[in-house]
Amino acid sequence: MNDERTNGGNQKRESGVTPDPAATYTHGDLIHTAPEFALADSDVLSAERGDVIAGTSLWRDAWRRLLKNRLAVIGMIVVGLITIASVLGPFLIQKLTGVTPDYIPSDVRLLRSIPPLQGPDGSFSWLHPMGTDNQGRDLLARVLQGGQISLMVGIISTLVSLLIGVGYGAIAGYLGGRIDNLMMRVVDVLYSLPYIIIVIVLLSVFRSQTARGQMVLLFVALGSVSWLTMARIVRGQVLSLKNQEFVLAARATGVSTPRIIFRHIVPNTLGPVIVYATLTIPTVMLTEAFLSFLGFGVQAPLASWGSLATDGIQNIGIFPWQMVFPGVTMALTLFSLNFLGDGLRDALDPQTRKV
Amino acid sequence: MISFIIRRLLITIPTILVVITITWGLVRLAPGNFYTSEKNIPPAIEKNIREKYGLDKPWYQQYGRTIWNIVRHFDFGTSLKYEGQSVNAIIARSLPVSATVGILAYLLALVVGVVTGSIAALYANSRRDYASMTLAMLGISIPNFVLGPILVLLFSLTLYWLPPSRWNGFPSRNIILPILTLSGLYMAYIARLTRAGLLEVLRSDYIRTARAKGLSERQVVMRHALRGGLLPVVSYTGPALALLVTGTVVVERIFVLPGLGNYFIQASLNRDEPLIIGIVSFIAIALLLMNLAVDVAYAYLDPRIRY
Repeated sequence: MNDERTNGGNQKRESGVTPDPAATYTHGDLIHTAPEFALADSDVLSAERGDVIAGTSLWRDAWRRLLKNRLAVIGMIVVGLITIASVLGPFLIQKLTGVTPDYIPSDVRLLRSIPPLQGPDGSFSWLHPMGTDNQGRDLLARVLQGGQISLMVGIISTLVSLLIGVGYGAIAGYLGGRIDNLMMRVVDVLYSLPYIIIVIVLLSVFRSQTARGQMVLLFVALGSVSWLTMARIVRGQVLSLKNQEFVLAARATGVSTPRIIFRHIVPNTLGPVIVYATLTIPTVMLTEAFLSFLGFGVQAPLASWGSLATDGIQNIGIFPWQMVFPGVTMALTLFSLNFLGDGLRDALDPQTRKV
Repeated sequence: MISFIIRRLLITIPTILVVITITWGLVRLAPGNFYTSEKNIPPAIEKNIREKYGLDKPWYQQYGRTIWNIVRHFDFGTSLKYEGQSVNAIIARSLPVSATVGILAYLLALVVGVVTGSIAALYANSRRDYASMTLAMLGISIPNFVLGPILVLLFSLTLYWLPPSRWNGFPSRNIILPILTLSGLYMAYIARLTRAGLLEVLRSDYIRTARAKGLSERQVVMRHALRGGLLPVVSYTGPALALLVTGTVVVERIFVLPGLGNYFIQASLNRDEPLIIGIVSFIAIALLLMNLAVDVAYAYLDPRIRY
C-alpha cells in the first residue's frame, strides 16, 4: 500500500534517477537488483531502460561465468536430463512397450527379477534396460517414477526450508540487538542437536495411514530441519543491507517494518539464497533417502530412489542391479546438483571463490 | 575462559531439558502406544502392566518422574520391549559398539581428508587437485547406504576378502567395511574444508614471511600453514559429531551391528517409549557436551577468538 511513497522516497535518495526499489543497489554486494521486482513494474522498466539493463547485465554476467565452469554446465545438463526423463519417461515407456511402473506381468514365468538387457528367455533384448524387480516390474520405469518423488521431495522441502530460513534470518538481522542475539543463539543450539533423530521419532509416532499423508509429513519434517544455514546466510546479508540508503528512505517515508523486510531487503538477498537453495536440494534428497532406508520415508505404493535402493539391498547378492541402478541414478543426480550449486556460488559471488 | 565455559554450560543444560521434553511430548502426544501394536491383551492385565510402569498416572506426574529420574539418578527407566532390561543397561551395552565404529571412522576420515585436501591445495588447479576434488564430491553425493552394500558386493560377495556383517569385538576384520562406509562422507567434507582453508592461509602475509626467511616448503606447510588452515576442520567437528550419529544408525543397520543406532530404530518401530526417550536424551546430552568441548578447543587453538 505504500508503494508509491516508497518509490518517491527512493527517487530522492538515489539522485532522482531510480524510481523503483528494484533498481536500488547494494554496493559491491552479490545482487544489485531483483529481477522479479523489475518485472512487476514493467512500465517503469520501459521508462527507465538504461537503469534496468545495468541491473540485468549482472545476472547475465553471472550466467556467463557459470557457462565457463565446465563441471557446473555438465551438472546442469545432467540434472535437466534426469528431470525431463523422470517427468516424461514413464509415459514414453508406456507408449513404447505398454508397461507402466506398477505393471506386474500376468505370466507366471515373468514374476521374477530379469537381468538388465535380457528378454524373458535369456536372449538380448531392449525391453528392460535396467532389468526388473522381484515381481517383474520394469526397473527403468520405476526408477524414473521414483525420480519424480525424489525430486519433488527435494524441491518442496527446500521451499519449506526457504520460507522458514529467509523469514527467520531476515527478521533476526533486521531487528538486531537482543532479539537477533536470542534468535541466533537458538539456531546455534539447534545446530548441535541430533535433529535427524528427532525427525525419526516424529515420523515414527505420527506415521500416517496413507502414503500421501506420509509424504506431506516428510516435506514438513525435512523442511523444518534444514533452514538453519539459510537463516544464517540471510541474516548476514540483511545485516549488511539494512543500513543502506534505500532502507533509510523507505523507513523515512513510513513503510511498515514487515514491508521493508520482505519487499525491500529480502529481494536483494536473492543471489546467496538461490545458491544455498541449490545446495539444499541434494542434502534434503539424501536425508529422504536415508529415512526411506530406515523405513520412515516414502511408503509403498509410492517409491523414491531411496526406497527403491533399499528394496534392492535385500537382494544384493543375487540381483545386484536392483540396488545399483536406483542408487547410481540418485548419486549421479546429487553429484550434478552439488557441482551446479558450487558453480552457481562461484558465478554469483566471485569474492568467495577460494582460488 | 572459565566464564565462557560456565556461560556455555548455562545454555547447554536448558537445551538438554528442552530436547528431553520435546521427545517426551512427541512420543506421548502421538495416538496409540506400545500396547496397541501388541496382540490383544486382556484389559485387566494391561491395567496391571500400566500400573507397573506408572502409565496410569496423569501426564504431568509421568513427565516429572521421567525428568527427576534422569536428573537425579541418570536413570532412563526400563525398556518395554526388552523386558526387565533397564535402558541404562542397553545403552551401556551398545554404546561401545557405536563409539568404536564412529571414532575409528572419524580418525580415518581426518587422516585421509587432511592429506588429500592439503595435496589439492598445494597443487591448486592441477590435474591432481581436480581429481581429488571430484572424488570428494563423489563422496558427498553417494548415500552411505548405497556405498555400504556396494563395498559388501565387492569385498565380500565377489572377492571374499572381508566378512559382510556382524559384530565380532573390536580388533576384527568385521569392523573394516563399516568404518570405510561411515568415513566416506567425512573424508570428502574434510578434504574440501582443508583445501579451502589452506588455500586461504597460503595467500596470507605470515606465510610469505615464512617463505621469505628461507624456510623449506615442507616447514612452511607443516609448521605454519596447516595450523591456521585446519581451523575450519576443527569447527566442522561439532556438526560432524551430529552427522556421525546419523551415519552410525545407517551403518549399524547395514552391517547388523548391535549399536545404539540399531536399538534406537528398533525402539522407534516398536514404540518402546522409555527406550526412545532414553536413547534420544542420551545422544543429546553426549552431543551437547562434546560440542562444548569442541568450542573450548577451538577457542584454545585460535588465539583470535576470545570470549
